[in-house]
Amino acid sequence: MNDAAMPAAAPEALLEVEHIGRSFFKPDGDPLLVLEDVNLRLKRGEIVGLLGRSGSGKSTLLRLIAGLDAPSRGTVRYLGTPVAGPAEGISMVFQGFALFPWLTVLGNVQLGLEAMRLPEAEIRKRSLAAIDLIGLDGYESAYPRELSGGMRQRVGFARALVVHPNILLMDEPFSALDVLTAETLRNDFLDLWGRGELPIGAVLLVTHNIEEAVQMCDRLLIFSTHPGRVVSEIPIDLPQPREPLDPRFRALVDRVYVEMTARPGHGRDGARAERPAPVGIGTPLDHVSTNLLAGLIEAVSEPPYGGRADLPAIAQALHMEGDDLFPVAETLQMLRLAEVGGGDIRLTEAGLAFAHSDTDERKSLFARHLLAYVPLAAHVRRVLDERSAHRAPKSRFLDELEDNMAEEAAEQTLRAVISWGRYAEIFAYDDQRQVFTLENPA
Amino acid sequence: MSTERLPISVLRRRFVPGRWDVLAFVLVFAALAYLAHAAYGLTRPLSHLESEPISLSPWALPGYAAQTALRMLVAMLASLLFTFTYATLAAKSRRAATVLVPLLDILQSVPILGFSFLIVFFLSLTPGRVAGAEMAAVFLVFTSQAWNMAFSFYHSLRSIPQELDEAARAFHLGPWMRFWRLEVPFAMPALIWNMMMSMSGGWFFVVAAEAISVGHTTVTLPGIGSYIARAIAARDLGAIGWAIGAMSVVILIYDQIIFRPLIASADWFRLEQESGLTPSRSWALTMMRRSRLLSLTAGAFAGVLRLGFSHPNEPRRVARERTHSRWRESLWYGAVALVVAAIGWATARYVFAHIRPYEVLHVVGLGLLTLLRVVVLIALASAIWVPIGVYVGLRPRLAAAVQPVAQFLAAFPVNLLFPVVVSGIVAYRLNPNIWLSPLMILGTQWYILFNVIAGASSLPNELKQVGSNLKVRGWLWWRRIALPAVFPFYVTGAITAAGGAWNASIVSEVADWGNKHLAASGLGAYIANATRAGNFARTVLGIVVMSLFVVIINRLFWRPLYARAERKFRMS
Repeated sequence: MNDAAMPAAAPEALLEVEHIGRSFFKPDGDPLLVLEDVNLRLKRGEIVGLLGRSGSGKSTLLRLIAGLDAPSRGTVRYLGTPVAGPAEGISMVFQGFALFPWLTVLGNVQLGLEAMRLPEAEIRKRSLAAIDLIGLDGYESAYPRELSGGMRQRVGFARALVVHPNILLMDEPFSALDVLTAETLRNDFLDLWGRGELPIGAVLLVTHNIEEAVQMCDRLLIFSTHPGRVVSEIPIDLPQPREPLDPRFRALVDRVYVEMTARPGHGRDGARAERPAPVGIGTPLDHVSTNLLAGLIEAVSEPPYGGRADLPAIAQALHMEGDDLFPVAETLQMLRLAEVGGGDIRLTEAGLAFAHSDTDERKSLFARHLLAYVPLAAHVRRVLDERSAHRAPKSRFLDELEDNMAEEAAEQTLRAVISWGRYAEIFAYDDQRQVFTLENPA
Repeated sequence: MSTERLPISVLRRRFVPGRWDVLAFVLVFAALAYLAHAAYGLTRPLSHLESEPISLSPWALPGYAAQTALRMLVAMLASLLFTFTYATLAAKSRRAATVLVPLLDILQSVPILGFSFLIVFFLSLTPGRVAGAEMAAVFLVFTSQAWNMAFSFYHSLRSIPQELDEAARAFHLGPWMRFWRLEVPFAMPALIWNMMMSMSGGWFFVVAAEAISVGHTTVTLPGIGSYIARAIAARDLGAIGWAIGAMSVVILIYDQIIFRPLIASADWFRLEQESGLTPSRSWALTMMRRSRLLSLTAGAFAGVLRLGFSHPNEPRRVARERTHSRWRESLWYGAVALVVAAIGWATARYVFAHIRPYEVLHVVGLGLLTLLRVVVLIALASAIWVPIGVYVGLRPRLAAAVQPVAQFLAAFPVNLLFPVVVSGIVAYRLNPNIWLSPLMILGTQWYILFNVIAGASSLPNELKQVGSNLKVRGWLWWRRIALPAVFPFYVTGAITAAGGAWNASIVSEVADWGNKHLAASGLGAYIANATRAGNFARTVLGIVVMSLFVVIINRLFWRPLYARAERKFRMS
């Protein structure tokens, strides 16, 4: 375990996050809140999961803890001292592996130890031990490009634990891997962790995969989006190893789905959310393709669901993870083609009608709902109608959006509306000239 | 863990020399002996050069060629040093970047031979010694190489992937370690490519820099360039042939022992981790990897670097984000603007103290003439090389054979060929205003060719197949498939070719053959004549006007075209 003798049975907090807030500055200089008033205590020996949609600021929180970024408000305390830069004893596993392609496996693993200025013999000994532990024996002299994704992430793990960190931060470590590889790697990790062979104090895991979170963590913190806030905490007290088909496991997964589809301000614990929060011109939209929207509608309308489906069940049937499914479901909800709540999705009248229409009817139904329930689409159309030339530059709408959201979100929101507007044929867009027009090349 | 369990690959091996070691040993020690000899030459007095005039005997050529090559090497090392410092400073300090980056952009557009005036300054540094003249020549070559290398390094530093940057910080890499472990390797592929481009341009200027006369100062450094100059004076076509041969051999050697290995190793540093490309091969790289002597030396070098890693490195603190204080920003920009204005005013005052204002108009007129030449020549070169490039690029095996040849031709200093052309013009009494012009593009047209080849060969197979499946042929095929596919690549090549042509105008608009002097009217000839006459004010005026031409054309024409090409024709 850790070099500094670990006091037995010491539930002291390794990490205390107090009232953390983080805002970024928009182009006009106003702050945009990404994280708001987040509190967290991490004790030795536990794995805590941060679960939330994209845009919930969970990765930002991880970077604040790693000392890669500074909070706008609040403090991060590691072993009682405030973090003001990358702290020794906190290491990180990255989503995209972040291996140095010009270094061998051994070179990558040694990196952190070299920076610690340890004697060469010790560096070599510890690196080889870590490589051995993580199952990379024989690959010491390989370059990352020669390895498969799973092996690369093993290097990522070896590099992070060779420094014997008190806290291991994991930023969606399995999400770039295929399902089978991810499962193998997860199980290997849990196995080593359970046997106490990992020289790590505690783990903080960021994920959007609900099953993964329930499988690995002792405690889950669920984040809301825009801004990111902890909306609930779910203890997972199943013994390891956990069996995904176990009814208690399924019940926990269901509960997480319910929490994640519940809207803040409404009842928790499975209480149905009423009408979704009103959408304004400045609401960030997810760029969900119309193929996905139609696909989900069709899937829910068909047997065995018949217009109503359990989200975890349909996610599994469609081979989608929660993070992929939520934006689709919520876009349908925004368009009043479906309702989402209590971990379920239910098609509305219009949604069912959509499922049973041909292409042209679908388009006109979609167009009506788009204009009625997505103010930005209606706004674009109105501006085009009002102008005598029926043309408007993209920048006009982009500037408007950037008053309310970050540059990237504005770009994505506009792209979403462009793609829906094109499908509905309510306006056309020329990417070469970056203008919206009413003329469709017909 | 006991040593018995260590994998074989990580145990230190005992040194046993192999055949690659013998080769490495011979090459390394020959180089060292030669360097020692050359260093001794630097300390000799200038008068020594005059007492030992350039010999036109072919047997003297290998010696001259070696000296030319050494100048190139020194200039390249200087350029690397400049790149590592200047670009790093620009990338790390936002404030420094506001000055350093535009400055680099301007320097890139300044006609390099305009710097030849500085030879007087360098000679004054080491009065009466050869070293000053050598420094001047090396400096000239340096100015033809450094800017684009620095630019490429700067861009690489700015585009380090976020996760790699975070990994470096999370694992506490200090600045020195970060530089050698992250920044330099990441920048390597682009930097190597730019070094090759620089090298190609460099040969041209090293030849031009060896025999320079500025006003009353004439320096002739022993080398291929001065050999050529003497051959021109003596109207000796045979000697020129020998020089061309020697130059070719030097470039081939450089290519084999420096660039092949660099290109082969660049694949190593690439970030995309798939292995779709055919790996480049190089015997010299094999030698470096297999020779234990060299790997021991490299190990020692790496050890020294690692010493630097152990400087106590405080973790870099991250600051809370703030809006940047407005008045401090404006103060900085104000100061910069003031300095720029002062320099501009001083230059203008100096120039107009010696030159009547209407001459400026005359010079701009000459600039337009040269511009006309550049435009016509680029159009001609495009008409010839785009179809050929597409033809070659679509045939992978042909492309593999042609690419190295095109690269060699681009590196070959065409000023060696000038005398051949000029003797022809003199013999047939052709109009120099027309017939000197092609010399400008002779060296740089190859950039169009090999960029188009690269573009055509990157056309996805499926698109080619769709074309033949739909029976798209003839002009329609060119318009819809071939030309759009190579367009972004063509633009890159044409920018380089046009920039090179402006530079080359200084040496190609005037030419000598024995005592016969040919001149075309144009801005290049104006600068060349002013330099030769030692008229500083006119040289400055000519350079300023030419730089303005290049900058304005880049801003108004090439950049928008490039941006458009990028947006419209990119594959994803």
